[in-house]
Amino acid sequence: MIEMNVRKELKRPGSGLWDIAIEIIMIAIALLTLYPFIYIISMSISEPDAVLAQEIWLLPKGFSLGSYDLVFENKEIWISYGNTIWYTIVGTSINVVLTLAGAYALSRKEFFARNAIMMYIAVTMFFNGGLIPTFILVNSLGMYNSRWAMVIPGAVSAWNLIIARTYFQTSIPDSLPESAKLDGATDLGIFFRIVLPLSTPIIAVLIVFYAVGHWNAWFNAMLYLSDSTLHPLQLFLRKILLMNSPDLLQGMEDAFERVAYAIQLKYASIVVATLPIICIYPFVQKYFVKGVMLGAIKE
Amino acid sequence: MKKGNGNKSCNRIKKYIIRDRYLILLVAPVVIYYFVFHYIPMYGAVIAFKDFSAGQTIWGSEWAGLKWFQEFFRSVYFGRLISNTLILSSLSLVFSFPVSIIFALLLNEIRRKALKRVIQTVSYLPHFISLVVMVGMMSNFLSPSDGVVNQILKNFGMQPIDFMGESAWFRPLYIGSGIWQSFGWNSIIYMAALIAIDPNLYEAARIDGCSRWQEMLHITIPGLMPTAVMLLILALGNLMNVGFEKIILMYSPATYDVADVISTYVYRRGILSAQYSFGAAVGLFNSVINFILLLSINKISKLYTQISLW
Repeated sequence: MIEMNVRKELKRPGSGLWDIAIEIIMIAIALLTLYPFIYIISMSISEPDAVLAQEIWLLPKGFSLGSYDLVFENKEIWISYGNTIWYTIVGTSINVVLTLAGAYALSRKEFFARNAIMMYIAVTMFFNGGLIPTFILVNSLGMYNSRWAMVIPGAVSAWNLIIARTYFQTSIPDSLPESAKLDGATDLGIFFRIVLPLSTPIIAVLIVFYAVGHWNAWFNAMLYLSDSTLHPLQLFLRKILLMNSPDLLQGMEDAFERVAYAIQLKYASIVVATLPIICIYPFVQKYFVKGVMLGAIKE
Repeated sequence: MKKGNGNKSCNRIKKYIIRDRYLILLVAPVVIYYFVFHYIPMYGAVIAFKDFSAGQTIWGSEWAGLKWFQEFFRSVYFGRLISNTLILSSLSLVFSFPVSIIFALLLNEIRRKALKRVIQTVSYLPHFISLVVMVGMMSNFLSPSDGVVNQILKNFGMQPIDFMGESAWFRPLYIGSGIWQSFGWNSIIYMAALIAIDPNLYEAARIDGCSRWQEMLHITIPGLMPTAVMLLILALGNLMNVGFEKIILMYSPATYDVADVISTYVYRRGILSAQYSFGAAVGLFNSVINFILLLSINKISKLYTQISLW
């Protein structure tokens, strides 16, 4: 705080112009970054006529929620939405529990197998069996066309494990487990009763990292799930956005309407699929940043 | 004598296991997970040297020696895949690596805290958009019939361009969209490095009459260097590792000549055509080359900059 004030006081002539120039450049960059988001929302809520006449550049023209009605009437999108919520909740729970438990044990300096296990995990960050052997393994474990194929093969991320371990090492003092042990506590008791209550920030970091990953995942679903009732939202979106599937337009008689809605529907489904993340994002942004910062600490 | 020693260390380990039994319990699921989903596939990579097909066990299939590797080296795609992989990853690196550094430097110059925070928030946002949505947006914005970009071209009296279907546009689009998605996010780590710079340095510079430009050149940029070098080593070590997820969403047979990289080829041959052994051989070749690359880059960096990954 004090340093900030010093900086301001020492401001010299000529700085003003530099400040203004930089602010203008940065605002322009921010607007450019935001443009696709604004355009998508505008396209999804404009009048179909304006969409067909290609009149929309930035702001919506007219107002119509017809495309959203179509999205909401569609059963397939809700099934895939439900699936994604399942994958996100179940997957994130497994991820967070395993990562916290493992990271805590590996953060304890006196744990005899600590370095060996860290090494064992670090190796997998630089070397892996590859796509095909993993594919064969998951199939031979009977996970083909099973929901578990979406949550078990990625149960722990080495990167997140290291972040959590760094958190424990830097914020839980070594003396804490030592003195608890003198009082007769077991390592399990220390973890659940002392360490976990002190770990809300890292739990939040892990939840947001893993949950966004699950929400946006599509590739494993494409590999392992042929049954479309198990498909996550992203796979459904791929069908709509990139494979131009006309499924959603069934039952629409008017050819003109069909064309307009075919365009608008894509934008409406992007909004429906992405809105949860965009809405939660401002509130959890600090945890993402914290996670990256923890990742940057090298022992 | 020897036996006595063995017993001693055996007893010591037994003592440790009893002492740390709950820590072992906590870490056990992670250890088992890594064994099953990372170490077994490493073993499974032996199918690259076998004649494995669906319905067989890895153990029971016939040895094929280096047959699949030879087939890959001799195939017409070999040169194209290697060069596509290297070109795509090095161009991405050249264009996107400096962007986050420049962005962080400019962000650092913004005095108004509220504005700075808003710009940061906006810049991280694209990172959270899924690849499917990102590529879907791109293909709709660029669509020759109703995309906004071609609308603009048409208004200027130009012919619409089929951006997603033309090889010449693949690399610029891949790299440009990658920059849009990651420049803000990648700048976080540089912002962290900037906070760590000693504010006294700036004060001293100001007393000495340095301009803002000189401050940036002599204090801020040197302060970022260790982080930048570290990230550069990581990126160089991963040059052969181009992810397939985005490319699979973006490419089409019309753009294979520039878009097809090793990992996408492994996916098409290994999974879609179910040539498991051949796919595994190509994948193994890729990870070995990548690993050697990472080791050598790390070694070089250790020699010249004393910065190392481990």
